[in-house]
Amino acid sequence: MPVNVISAGIATTIQDMGRPGYYHLGIPIGGAMDRLALRTANLLVGNAEEAAGLECVFVGPELEFTEDATVAVCGAELPPKLDGDPRETWTAFAVKAGQVLSFDFLKAGARAYIAISGGINTPPMLGSRSTYAIGALGGVEGRAVQPGDSLPLGASVRAAKEGASVPAKLRRGPDNPAELRVLPGLYWHRITEEAQRDFFDDTWKVANEADRMGYRFQGGRKLAFVERDQPFGAGADPSNITDACYPYGSVQVPSGTEPIVLHRDAVSGGGYFMIGTVISADMDLIGQLQPHTPTRFVKVDMETALAARRDRARTMDAIRNALVAS
Amino acid sequence: MARHEVKSPIPGTFYRKPAPDQPPFAEIGQSVAKGDTVGLVEVMKTFHEVKADADGMIVGFPVADSDPVMAGQTIVELD
Repeated sequence: MPVNVISAGIATTIQDMGRPGYYHLGIPIGGAMDRLALRTANLLVGNAEEAAGLECVFVGPELEFTEDATVAVCGAELPPKLDGDPRETWTAFAVKAGQVLSFDFLKAGARAYIAISGGINTPPMLGSRSTYAIGALGGVEGRAVQPGDSLPLGASVRAAKEGASVPAKLRRGPDNPAELRVLPGLYWHRITEEAQRDFFDDTWKVANEADRMGYRFQGGRKLAFVERDQPFGAGADPSNITDACYPYGSVQVPSGTEPIVLHRDAVSGGGYFMIGTVISADMDLIGQLQPHTPTRFVKVDMETALAARRDRARTMDAIRNALVAS
Repeated sequence: MARHEVKSPIPGTFYRKPAPDQPPFAEIGQSVAKGDTVGLVEVMKTFHEVKADADGMIVGFPVADSDPVMAGQTIVELD
């Protein structure tokens, strides 16, 4: 028995943990931008952590349930309402057949994840239900959800515990100003020492051009490049390189003006130098940044990046222990 | 008459005009009907129309053209 979409918000997509293994063919991993939030929402409703849910940006959808279910909303502070009555985020709640889930105005963050017991059971493509609209993969017919869609549900793997809630200290939202840790990369030498300092000293802010493919930042000083004769295959602009692979999280700065951090739906390669890469532990956080959020980039080394990744894994373990072990 | 506030559903940049070289959607003193477009909010490379959700006369624009808005922030005041 499906969930019917009455209204869809502005970019509500089905996402799971993505489709690894095709990036070399230009197909990005995709999946939830804030993976911790989707994993947590799934745990709350008794799903496998990797089950497909809905990623809503800034605005929630209106969903009509045709069977009883358990629902959880994690990530952004987008207050859920059931037949108009408020419900808590980061908390499992019961929904009866015929009830309508809707949302109030966004209070904080950018992306809320809705998990429904059983998970969304649209057909996987290349091993994932994640919506990659540019490539017409996954989701509902390769696109974001629309009013009139019926979302099929799968079977639960565990009984959901209504009222189960994530302890406040394990919920993570962006600070203001947000801090994104960056490991300098292969092309670090292309900018001057002064520019290397400026990039990390300046406070940037999230631009309106910020989506699943990449997040653009504005407001810092223009980066100066070390002069060179452009190599064969590189464009004329000093920010151009001979085409190279773009890692997830890599920070390109076209013409040295506005850094762009590539995210889950990244393009796999191109001809802009990359100053470095946002560490994996901070990628979820980017998905929660609203436009105009002041943001600092913080320079870290590999050891710090790996420690942060372990720390992040421990946070996820603590959430699992809080929700499942008991 | 009761005050009514039209709120932006999304965060982004608020514009009062459909395009830079065109007149604003609405001015103070003008009457609008529910469903009329009163501004645009730009986010994620797209422009979203903000529509009046009640009938009334416009008495204020608390957010200036091209200024940032938060979700739930009042962008038009109606009387």
